[in-house]
Amino acid sequence: MSENRVVRLLGTVGGAGMDLVLYLGGLGCLFKESLRYFTVLALGLGGRKRGGFRTLFFQMVRIGVRSVPIVSLVVFFVGMIIALQMAYVLKGFGAPQAVPAVVGVAMLRELGPLLTAIVLTGFAGASIAAEIGTMVVSEEILALESEAMNPIQFLVMPRVIASALMLLCLTIFANFIGILGGFTISGLILGLSPNFYYAQTVEFLKVQDLLTGLIKSVVFGTLIALIACQEGLRVKGGAEGVGRATTLAVVYGIVALISTDLFFSWFFFKVL
Amino acid sequence: MTETKTQTPAVDTKREPVIRVETVGMDFSGRIVLDSVSMDVYHGETLVVMGGSGCGKSTLLRVMIGSYQPSRGRVSLFGQDITNLSEKEMDKLRLRFGILFQSGALYNSMTVGENVALPMHEHTDLDDGIIDIMVKMKLELVGLRDFGDLMPSQISGGMKKRVGLARAIALDPEIIFYDEPSAGLDPIVAGVIDMLIMDLSKKLGVTSVVVTHDMNSAFKIADRMIMLYQGRVVASGTAAEIKSSADPVVQQFITGAPDGPIPLRMSKTDFGKDLIG
Repeated sequence: MSENRVVRLLGTVGGAGMDLVLYLGGLGCLFKESLRYFTVLALGLGGRKRGGFRTLFFQMVRIGVRSVPIVSLVVFFVGMIIALQMAYVLKGFGAPQAVPAVVGVAMLRELGPLLTAIVLTGFAGASIAAEIGTMVVSEEILALESEAMNPIQFLVMPRVIASALMLLCLTIFANFIGILGGFTISGLILGLSPNFYYAQTVEFLKVQDLLTGLIKSVVFGTLIALIACQEGLRVKGGAEGVGRATTLAVVYGIVALISTDLFFSWFFFKVL
Repeated sequence: MTETKTQTPAVDTKREPVIRVETVGMDFSGRIVLDSVSMDVYHGETLVVMGGSGCGKSTLLRVMIGSYQPSRGRVSLFGQDITNLSEKEMDKLRLRFGILFQSGALYNSMTVGENVALPMHEHTDLDDGIIDIMVKMKLELVGLRDFGDLMPSQISGGMKKRVGLARAIALDPEIIFYDEPSAGLDPIVAGVIDMLIMDLSKKLGVTSVVVTHDMNSAFKIADRMIMLYQGRVVASGTAAEIKSSADPVVQQFITGAPDGPIPLRMSKTDFGKDLIG
């Protein structure tokens, strides 16, 4: 009996591990193919195939531009929150003037990229998964394939590239807005002068802080779109499958973001 | 476009099957969906594959268009075995056939006109102006020339199917596969679709494979029919031969009797035993 249970347990663990490996393999495959098709598109090797850049541009607007308001709102508030919370701690040390540096570092290195990515997972990841999932259900993917058009080239690649590029842009923008949030609180409540805030921010922040954040954002953007596309393409059944894919795209997306963020934090801590 | 046409020898393919299905079987996680199906489709004819829901006819269609790899047997299109073909070679073959999907399967993010234009944009070097004209011609063929600027969500189910047909013939294919062309349509629109299928095969010499369970349209359009039941071909012949077939399965299917050799109750376990436990 107990031996049976052990075998079953091992089987379950092994099965789950196998699933994870397969899942990651699927993502890797999508990534590799997307990169290949993007290279073909960017270098113009595909001949006179029209529409490639147009779809890419369309996806960039849909993923990036449309999420600007919501990203701004979230990051602005978080900038304010950080300023308030840090002011409470720093006052204890008698150093409220350190608020600008803390807000800046937190935004650039961590919160700007991560929060923007999380907002984008909900904003774009869910909609990509739902969109592609619906296309699977309504046989649109099959129709694409049967017309000798590769779904990775037509659907996955533009979304992955657009998501990576736009998350990079959004993160730069979010960093600025977040610092603006901290600035607002410092001016209104903490009584720090605008000039002082500006000088402190400029003095303490290094290019390194910005760059580590931006490197992360590109990886985050790629991950969000890859997971969303994979979930969409794996849809089976009807509406229920699409709903599940949407949920999983967000859940797996956030888990993937946080775990790669941990990895990057460790990596930059060791290396830089 | 026309280049694909000229590549194929037109006359001597007459008795050479365009599609050859040899003892094809298909299992899905242990469940046998297709047992062993063999059939040939000849140049220019309309073959109707009929059978009840779940008899494997949609699966057979997907095996023929190369989207499922059969578990057993071989499928050849234009004399080329597609069961072990690379994606690239398969894509070349895919340009030579079109498919009308059950729901039309239009790309919902594009207008009707863009749907029809997409295959031409991707697979030909034609100028945009010429493609516009070709799109108008294809849409006129299905009677929807004025609807090119609408989105798929703005047109009815029957119109979607007609646009799907216009897209399927965008590259002037040599074979067209129809998946339940009249399902979910009112009798008039179903009649229109039947007429289009016949027109395409008579006027353009297109080979057609129609998967359907609509007997009215099947008898109207078929040159030859086969009937699938439990993953096997149980009858084949001309429409007249099928109509006069003595096979009780075929007769039940034609008359639509609720019970007969095809049982009303699909459960394999004993009802009494199942209740008492």
